[in-house]
Amino acid sequence: MSVDQATVRRIAHLARIAVRDEEVPHLQEELNAILAFVEELSAVDVSGVEAMTSVIPMRLPLRKDEVTDHAGADVVTGNAPGAEDHFFTVPKVVE
Amino acid sequence: MNTTAKPSKYLKGATGDWEIVVGMEIHAQVTSHSKLFSGASTAFGGEQNSHVSLVDAAMPGMLPVINEECVKQAIRTGLGLRAQINHRSVFDRKNYFYPDLPQGYQISQFKDPIVGEGEVIVDVTPTEQIIVGIERLHLEQDAGKSLHDQSPNESFVDLNRSGVALMEIVSKPDIRSAEEARAYVSKLRTILRYLGTCDGNMEEGSLRADVNVSVRRPGGPLGTRCEIKNVNSIRFIGQAVEVEARRQIAIIEDGGKIDQETRLFDPGKGETRAMRSKEEAHDYRYFPDPDLLPLEFDQAYVDALASGLPELPDDKRARFIKEYGLPPYDAGVLVMERESADYFEEVARGRDAKISANWVINELFGRLNKEGKTIATSPVSAKQLGAIVDLISANTISGKIAKDLFEIVWSEGGDPNAIVEQRGMKQVTDTGAIEKAVDEIIAANPDKVEQAKAKPTMLGWFVGQVMKQTGGKANPQSVNDLLKQKLGI
Amino acid sequence: MMSDLTKLSLAEARDAVASKKVSSVELTKAHIDAIEKARGLNAFIVETPEKALDMAKASDARIASGKACPLEGLPLGIKDLYATQGVHMQACSHILDGFKPPYESTVTSQLWRDGAVMLGKLNMDEFAMGSSNETSYYGPVASPWLPPGWDADKGRSALKGDKKGLLVPGGSSGGSSAAVAAHLCLGATATDTGGSIRQPAAFTGTVGIKPTYGRCSRWGVAAFASSLDQAGPIARNVRDCAIMLRSMAGYDPKDSTSVNAPVPDYEKAVGASIKGKKIGIPKEYRIDGMPAEIEALWQQGIEWLRAAGAEIVDISLPHTKTALPAYYIVAPAEASSNLARYDGVRYGLRVPGKDISSMYENTRAEGFGREVRRRIMIGTYVLSAGYYDAYYVRAQKIRTLIKRDFELAYQDGIDAILTPATPSAAFGIGEKGSGDPVEMYLNDVFTVTVNMAGLPGLAVPGGLSASGLPLGLQLIGRPFEEETLFSVAEVIEQAAGRMSLPKAWW
Repeated sequence: MSVDQATVRRIAHLARIAVRDEEVPHLQEELNAILAFVEELSAVDVSGVEAMTSVIPMRLPLRKDEVTDHAGADVVTGNAPGAEDHFFTVPKVVE
Repeated sequence: MNTTAKPSKYLKGATGDWEIVVGMEIHAQVTSHSKLFSGASTAFGGEQNSHVSLVDAAMPGMLPVINEECVKQAIRTGLGLRAQINHRSVFDRKNYFYPDLPQGYQISQFKDPIVGEGEVIVDVTPTEQIIVGIERLHLEQDAGKSLHDQSPNESFVDLNRSGVALMEIVSKPDIRSAEEARAYVSKLRTILRYLGTCDGNMEEGSLRADVNVSVRRPGGPLGTRCEIKNVNSIRFIGQAVEVEARRQIAIIEDGGKIDQETRLFDPGKGETRAMRSKEEAHDYRYFPDPDLLPLEFDQAYVDALASGLPELPDDKRARFIKEYGLPPYDAGVLVMERESADYFEEVARGRDAKISANWVINELFGRLNKEGKTIATSPVSAKQLGAIVDLISANTISGKIAKDLFEIVWSEGGDPNAIVEQRGMKQVTDTGAIEKAVDEIIAANPDKVEQAKAKPTMLGWFVGQVMKQTGGKANPQSVNDLLKQKLGI
Repeated sequence: MMSDLTKLSLAEARDAVASKKVSSVELTKAHIDAIEKARGLNAFIVETPEKALDMAKASDARIASGKACPLEGLPLGIKDLYATQGVHMQACSHILDGFKPPYESTVTSQLWRDGAVMLGKLNMDEFAMGSSNETSYYGPVASPWLPPGWDADKGRSALKGDKKGLLVPGGSSGGSSAAVAAHLCLGATATDTGGSIRQPAAFTGTVGIKPTYGRCSRWGVAAFASSLDQAGPIARNVRDCAIMLRSMAGYDPKDSTSVNAPVPDYEKAVGASIKGKKIGIPKEYRIDGMPAEIEALWQQGIEWLRAAGAEIVDISLPHTKTALPAYYIVAPAEASSNLARYDGVRYGLRVPGKDISSMYENTRAEGFGREVRRRIMIGTYVLSAGYYDAYYVRAQKIRTLIKRDFELAYQDGIDAILTPATPSAAFGIGEKGSGDPVEMYLNDVFTVTVNMAGLPGLAVPGGLSASGLPLGLQLIGRPFEEETLFSVAEVIEQAAGRMSLPKAWW
């Protein structure tokens, strides 16, 4: 399995990471190197094997329905690069 | 799913009949104090970003912990939908980027939802019932809110709603008309409110519908569907179905084909439009959330919840028909809201059920609707209404006087018995007094008496006159009988 | 003397402080001093001397009133992956520029609860992705071990430049291992997803343990790969490690993967007899091209344990070879999702864009380094439509097989497994990974199996390479039997003799 340049661009967009045109070939090489490395797994016999869902045998713990978190708008928006009146601000999104 | 609708449901196009096929994904906010995976408050309203925990804000190192009440609410809802409850379900991450999705993924359930197949019985009209299949119900996080109209260049994000528990209820595409769509959502809403698992408040966004619409020739293969997102009123759901079906029919009849797309309903313009910037179809890259283990419980857990459920609308309706002898339509109206049904039963306890039902449905509900009130805010309590019914049943007051009495209790309050006493509203049953009034009227209108002999319907005029003479308090039946006797008709 | 205080082990310092022979303030000052002198190593990226002295004073007060806690007054370093309230926490990434968390991680809050003192934040590979600390936004860390043949002058000269040629301290917890080995702190917190505690410990002649998955809370530790990450300590000897782990471990209801089991007093296991314990030697860990001295060290370890009364058993863990490639599917996949929150909206770096999508893309392109970007992209790819079953699901099935291998061995009565910790001694900064990313990944070949199976793993120094660099041995244990690891590791430490750490040349 290997990726072509169009796929590299598509994945970069899915991951929302800008890649410059001149970076694409090198990135393609790196990704293909990794994919070649993991290729050997396709030869392993996994018939009848369950995918691991939890590395320790445990049930999902359930929490009581109580309001316990009062961080507050100051704390929540305090680290924001763009904030106004306790809203987060971002470039306009068009639906 | 391939059942064809009745011809009466078809839409007429330019080239023949068309059948509408509708399925819905309802997002119902779970009634709980705190959010699905965080301890922040779910209360509606509130200053922006004030009901947000560090977990909801997706700060580095934050982790989800599931709210047990939300799990129970989902199971209760599944039981109310007569659905299969899955003892083991898995939470998956649905990965995409959007400013109101702080984690960059939504925790949802993809392959293994908590509830499987079920059904909802829907009374579309008093004489028509359909069954809408439920495909599944799963739990997922709600997103925050983005405001796009606060500023020309910026969108404002409020995460208060982010992380609130949603139940996504997916129906099978069993709906065949706008009317059926409205009735389905209405019934679903009633069930949720009965269970107390969602308050069904569409204005506040507790219940939202994504409506999938396609059209086909009756009996033909399914057409391409379009999804109309986030319709937030039952009325709009009906309109959206109509409008979208007609749009698709027009395109096809014109020789075009339908693009599968996501659309929004614009109630102002009465049309649907495609959502912008829906570039490539989303690749959500679902995978099981490694911060959460599979959710597991046993049948005993489900049974304990089942035993705590209230009587559900279908069962209550059946019981009302049987126990109170009510016609199905009336029973249906009374059970639409649990509070209404409870109110009715309190009125009907130890009283004539039909009279009680008549007063609750026609007098009380009518008045409540007119003034935008609910049972909860009714100025007339069940106790007071029951007292009015008692007075009628005992013949103490006439039906007409009872309406006046109702009006007085509505606007001024008070004990109906006391009011009747104080204001002398009692029905006159003393035949002597009635006879006196009858005689007076007959004596005063000899020409009409003659007419009545030829035209018996004149009786009504006489009855009216006697009632006026007695200030409306004469027993109408007695008046009737006496007049007939004296007029010889 | 001031500098002598930094030569104390954590256990010795604890006893000295508790018995008032030394004050916490003196002890802390000595370390603050040492850190200042060692800035060239770049182990600490943030120093918090005022805070440290405040905490030290408070500790001294508690000791005076007889209320000493298990780590009272002991100065520690904290890996930059941990949230430290009001103090820089950036996972050594540009994308978290300026972030000061309004919360404290559970693990570090337990350290402060037990009286420890915070000296500052330690360098690491960006978002814990790396095996040499070379992917950090703040630049590489120089190991306190000089390369063979180098003298102090050459070393100092390289420190002033780009550090090329100096040795890597391992990764991702390179700052932690370097700081501990250089006596800049009595112990350090670290994290391990594929070997990031054990490999740096092995490279620097220190001791590190990755406990069983679920033993320590992950709350407040920035997530890399949720099903693999674990917090753990690095210290200069086995006892010190055991003492630290006791404070770090414990159930946390805020972490759904945290296990509710009591935390033993791990120190009590140090020095316990290992007579009759069955030690497994897995043949699959003997890899092609393994340097002779690594094999020799392994044999030496086997002999030491046999001499101490353990029973040596040859075992087979047939799926060993598949662990590394499977890890490089599972870990990046989870990371690609865990790192989606770094988007410039709510905290950290924001690079403007013409629309929201551009803002995301620009911010993340500038904010993430090359290794992180690579792994996010691989992770995105293996989860994407059409590839999910072939890659991610398959790798998770292989994980079941890897875990089963260990379960079978343990069912047969094996108490612990002995393997080499790394396929080589530390290499030079700039030496690996610039061409083929996979070259760097091979460092983790002995360690990733342990994370994939969720088991506890400990690295303890076994000796020196021919060129005089530390080599470590790895012990893999049964779930929640860290005590056995400490007992066995102590035997190795006693037999090998305490590692003689380098004197300051920086």
